Amino acid sequence: MPNRIMIALDNISKVYGSGSNAVTALKDVSLNIPQGSIHGVIGLSGAGKSTLIRCVNLLERPTTGHVSVDDQDLTTLNRAALNRARHGIGMIFQHFNLLTSRTVFANVALPLELMKVDRETIRERVHPLLELTGLSDKAESYPAELSGGQKQRVAIARALASRPKVLLCDEATSALDPQTTSSILALLEDINRRLGLTILLITHEMEVVKSICHRVSLISDGELVEEAEVGDFFTSPRTRLARRFINDFLELNLPQSLRDRLLSDPAPDAHPVLRLAYAGDSISTPLISRLARDCDIDISILEAKVESIRHRTLGLMIAELVGPAEKTREALAYLDNHDLQVEVIGHVKRND
Amino acid sequence: MSNAMIELILAATLDTLYMVGVSGFIAALAGIPLGVLLYVTRPRQFLALPVLNHLLGVVTNIGRSVPFIILMVAIIPFTRMLVGSSIGLNAAVVPLTIAAIPFVARLVEGSLNEISPGLIEAAQSMGASPWQIIMKVLLPEARGGIITGLTITVVTLVSYSAMAGAVGGGGLGDLGIRYGYNRFEPTIMLITVVILVVMVQGFQSLGDYLVRRSDHK
Repeated sequence: MPNRIMIALDNISKVYGSGSNAVTALKDVSLNIPQGSIHGVIGLSGAGKSTLIRCVNLLERPTTGHVSVDDQDLTTLNRAALNRARHGIGMIFQHFNLLTSRTVFANVALPLELMKVDRETIRERVHPLLELTGLSDKAESYPAELSGGQKQRVAIARALASRPKVLLCDEATSALDPQTTSSILALLEDINRRLGLTILLITHEMEVVKSICHRVSLISDGELVEEAEVGDFFTSPRTRLARRFINDFLELNLPQSLRDRLLSDPAPDAHPVLRLAYAGDSISTPLISRLARDCDIDISILEAKVESIRHRTLGLMIAELVGPAEKTREALAYLDNHDLQVEVIGHVKRND
Repeated sequence: MSNAMIELILAATLDTLYMVGVSGFIAALAGIPLGVLLYVTRPRQFLALPVLNHLLGVVTNIGRSVPFIILMVAIIPFTRMLVGSSIGLNAAVVPLTIAAIPFVARLVEGSLNEISPGLIEAAQSMGASPWQIIMKVLLPEARGGIITGLTITVVTLVSYSAMAGAVGGGGLGDLGIRYGYNRFEPTIMLITVVILVVMVQGFQSLGDYLVRRSDHK
């Protein structure tokens, strides 16, 4: 069954403190993650990402709502049963959280020791994991002797030791440089494909979402405000916050000189400034030149970018439509009829 | 120096080692669990028991604040009950141990503070029980700090044991006072001080060596 739900958050809320000091970290969050998928939750710091991911293995107990992993409601389990259920949920962290007093081998063996697995079996299971994560020659090293990327590989091997069905990644690449980040992401994707592991990750980096996630949720002030396939998220974001993330990611911003002159309402003698996003097929059509020809206007391109995201092409452009008011209206209607996202950012007076 | 004198010094050295060894050992046995308890029962810790934590904290602080010389005299009835006498080596071991337990506990608690809370969180995410977190994470990770704390305790006990002479405990301090000071034999005084210095150096070096061996940070 490809669509079986592996992680189900059902209306969870988390409130810290009580009375007038109460702080709501999560509000009615519901999320279903199918088996074998990689789901990202992106948001600014303080949005509730960390609380959300900690609710999945009950490191944080939600104030209300239910958490199910692999069809087991964790919120109703007693301590011992919860600990057993946690063996099926691996977790990695931003700061790795390796034991400094243990070698790489012993760190990876720790979850198995906790499960009271015998030494022989531990050896049989740890070595293949070190191989998988490229650490075979580091088995007897201590974490202090490793680089950040290697430490995270140890943490991944450790998280996989109990053969979990779910892997939770808490900002797992945020402390790493870009190159190391991509190698860790490649490893996670490889694990997802090879072991069929369901991965939930939280991040503030669009790069992470773009490179490995299948679906993404956007969290803001403790609420999930948007959820979409990653391709759709990038090409047709529904919220202002999502657009801000994408613009920041693509470094697509209005030039300062233009921003200073931008009016929010149309005015005589002012031209509309548009944000155009196009994906998939429309990208192969020579849309801009047709628009100019068919509507008899001029188009001034201020910023443009083309990205390839999960085998889909995404184009983003900020452009000014130059022409008489009725012509630019016509042009806007023309764009609306073609499969692309148009947003009028504002208007600028002619610069003369 | 007469043979008798040498024997006296030797016996006093062994007495000091006995007092420090026995009280240090028992203090570690009781102080390490107490220190762990002080740490894990704090509010928001994984075995949070705020009332017990507060209670233990108060008791520990009382133990830490009574000057040793007063403690030693104050608990004489307790000492007599425990070892059947209020004078002698074993009578000195009791107050030394009582003084050292809270001392060790606070030092152990301090070294547990140095552990990143992320490690406890990671262990919990692996399904570790509280007992497993203590045995597999907290104590091994704090090993260097705990050994440092025990070294400090042993060195402190060496100097406290000199005071134990006041209750007829014997040992090098007692010898130094009785022969060196009361009978005005500066050589004896000097010898006892030198032996104490060497002893402290020895304990410190041993402690440092053990810390180096266990530290992989």
